[in-house]
Amino acid sequence: METLAAVLVTVIGAATPLLFAALGELVSEKSGVLNLGVEGMMLVGAVCAFAAALTTGSPAAGILAGAAAGMLTALLFGVLTLSLLANQVASGLALTIFGVGISALIGRDFVGTPLPRLPLLEIPGLSDLPVVGRLLFGHDVLVYLSIAAVPAVIWLLDRSRTGLILRAVGENHEAAHALGHSVIVVRYLAVMFGGAMAGLGGAYLSLAHTPMWAENMTAGRGWIALALVVFATWRPGRVLLGAYLFGGVTVAQLHVQGFGVDIPSQILSMLPYLATIAVLVAISADSVRVRLNAPASLGRIFHPDS
Amino acid sequence: MRFRLEARERPSRSLVYGTPVLAVALTMACGSVLFAALGHNPLAVLHAFFIQPIDSLYGLAELTVKATPLVLCAVGLALGFRANIWNIGAEGQLTLGAIAGGGLALWAGDDAGPWLLWAMMAAGLLGGGLWAAIPAYLKTRFNANEILTSLMLTYVAILLLSYLVHGPWKDPDGYSFPQTRMFADGGMLPVLLSGTRLHLGAPIALLAALAGWFVMSRMFIGFQIKVVGLTPAAAGFAGFSVRRLTWITLLAGGAMAGLAGLFEVAGPIGQLLPSISPGYGFTAIIVAFLGRLHPLGILIAGLFIALSYLGGETVQITLGLPLAVSGVFQGMLLFFLLAADVLVRYRPRWTTTTTAGAAVAGEAD
Repeated sequence: METLAAVLVTVIGAATPLLFAALGELVSEKSGVLNLGVEGMMLVGAVCAFAAALTTGSPAAGILAGAAAGMLTALLFGVLTLSLLANQVASGLALTIFGVGISALIGRDFVGTPLPRLPLLEIPGLSDLPVVGRLLFGHDVLVYLSIAAVPAVIWLLDRSRTGLILRAVGENHEAAHALGHSVIVVRYLAVMFGGAMAGLGGAYLSLAHTPMWAENMTAGRGWIALALVVFATWRPGRVLLGAYLFGGVTVAQLHVQGFGVDIPSQILSMLPYLATIAVLVAISADSVRVRLNAPASLGRIFHPDS
Repeated sequence: MRFRLEARERPSRSLVYGTPVLAVALTMACGSVLFAALGHNPLAVLHAFFIQPIDSLYGLAELTVKATPLVLCAVGLALGFRANIWNIGAEGQLTLGAIAGGGLALWAGDDAGPWLLWAMMAAGLLGGGLWAAIPAYLKTRFNANEILTSLMLTYVAILLLSYLVHGPWKDPDGYSFPQTRMFADGGMLPVLLSGTRLHLGAPIALLAALAGWFVMSRMFIGFQIKVVGLTPAAAGFAGFSVRRLTWITLLAGGAMAGLAGLFEVAGPIGQLLPSISPGYGFTAIIVAFLGRLHPLGILIAGLFIALSYLGGETVQITLGLPLAVSGVFQGMLLFFLLAADVLVRYRPRWTTTTTAGAAVAGEAD
């Protein structure tokens, strides 16, 4: 039982960065903007969070720096695609390539420097309970924040007026524009929210998951987060499910060998990527379901004159 | 005063070719500011980055060695990009080409005939093409997004290579380093210029770019690719099969990336290693855009981006800057290019809301 609880705790660690990044991307895509730069935003968030936490000694400063850095990189993407009407696919790729480079440049003096892990919020009494204690009450603030973000995003999108406008912009930007809503402002805000969440996902990696900085430490998680949004057919609740499922697959590869199964580690490391493809195929094959949930204006450029 | 973008009646021809130059200039200016901020003399950095690497015959040969895989991958990718097929897994296809061709060289051993090199090239084409066939099949059969599938397969390909060189293909006499045996002489690309590493792959990449130009501008399939990319609806009315074009562009792109991978292992490297490419497959995306998705433009862009790799190495050695500077340069370049491209289709205007002209423009909204 204790072993199972320990495994589940590592699943939470693997799932949290995916959950942050995918929720942010979901909001961005709901407004009609496909930002493929998640990987780059996560890396910049990770390195800035690490640098801020190391130099100030304050984990809170690290978290804020991660979110702010992610938001700034997203703003760069926003200027390109929203104000300068650049192709969203190409701009997203540029953001990732740039993010990989600039994060390595910023982090060149931090490689190999250790950092104390983000403190766990222990609740006296509850955290000491057998099995469930560590599972439910022994995590850091970012884990709780990522889970709390799910109902928050559901409320924002489905229950608030802001969410209604955001979805209208994502479904049909000409109609939303005709109704007097500012398509560009709404999309800027959604893209920046996506960037802040990706930055938080990166911050979780460099402050808590493996408290250090290494070049390219996200290792494709940003891309898995993008796949998760499709997997979840743009529903926040399913993003939560998907993130933990994928966290589980990632952790499973570490434990399979422990059970005496003799499979090379590289083959096991392929699992999350192969699982992403399998899920993507399963979801996309049902084109009606994708079309019902996908924002109709996703990836389309808005220019008021055209 | 308000800034707005006014659509041009037709895209500006001169700016299509002018924006890459503008983007390069802006990248250099921004790079100078960045290096000054890092405490280096910007002129010294720019000299070390762009001039020093190619001030000798050896340097020029190295430039073509780096440009070869970039041009091969980018020409193939551009075919797909023109048709709105976003294969971004060229890095994985490159890796599979290296595995297929390199595996053949290891299997053939030391005394294979002169057929070996040609068979390896065929294997490289086949390996990359088959790896790209997976996203093509998943896209046409299950509607799965090729951006995500081709990228996920890149990670799988790199892990597969790592498994092979750590496991079954490891050199038994290699002091347990993760590497295969060196290929026999028959499995190596001939060097064209003694004293340099300039190999047979460079002229083949040049031929590939010319072939790409011929396909795009002189053949019906090139016309179909362009129509599908520009107006999918018109392509539908004309009866062009998007499914068929998806297969063709992905297979062609994958095969060319696979050939690029084979050239790397049968040229400069000479064996299989866990890492055989510094991200050529990804950087080729920048090369394709910088070259305006035009095969001949890609030749020029490939040489320029190859220079940024050499420059990155030079500043690492002479100034102690990290190798990642290359990525920063390349990313910035693509940003500026995408930003400047707005000028091709739109004209920037400053308008005041009180003038009559703006009122007329407002009615046109």
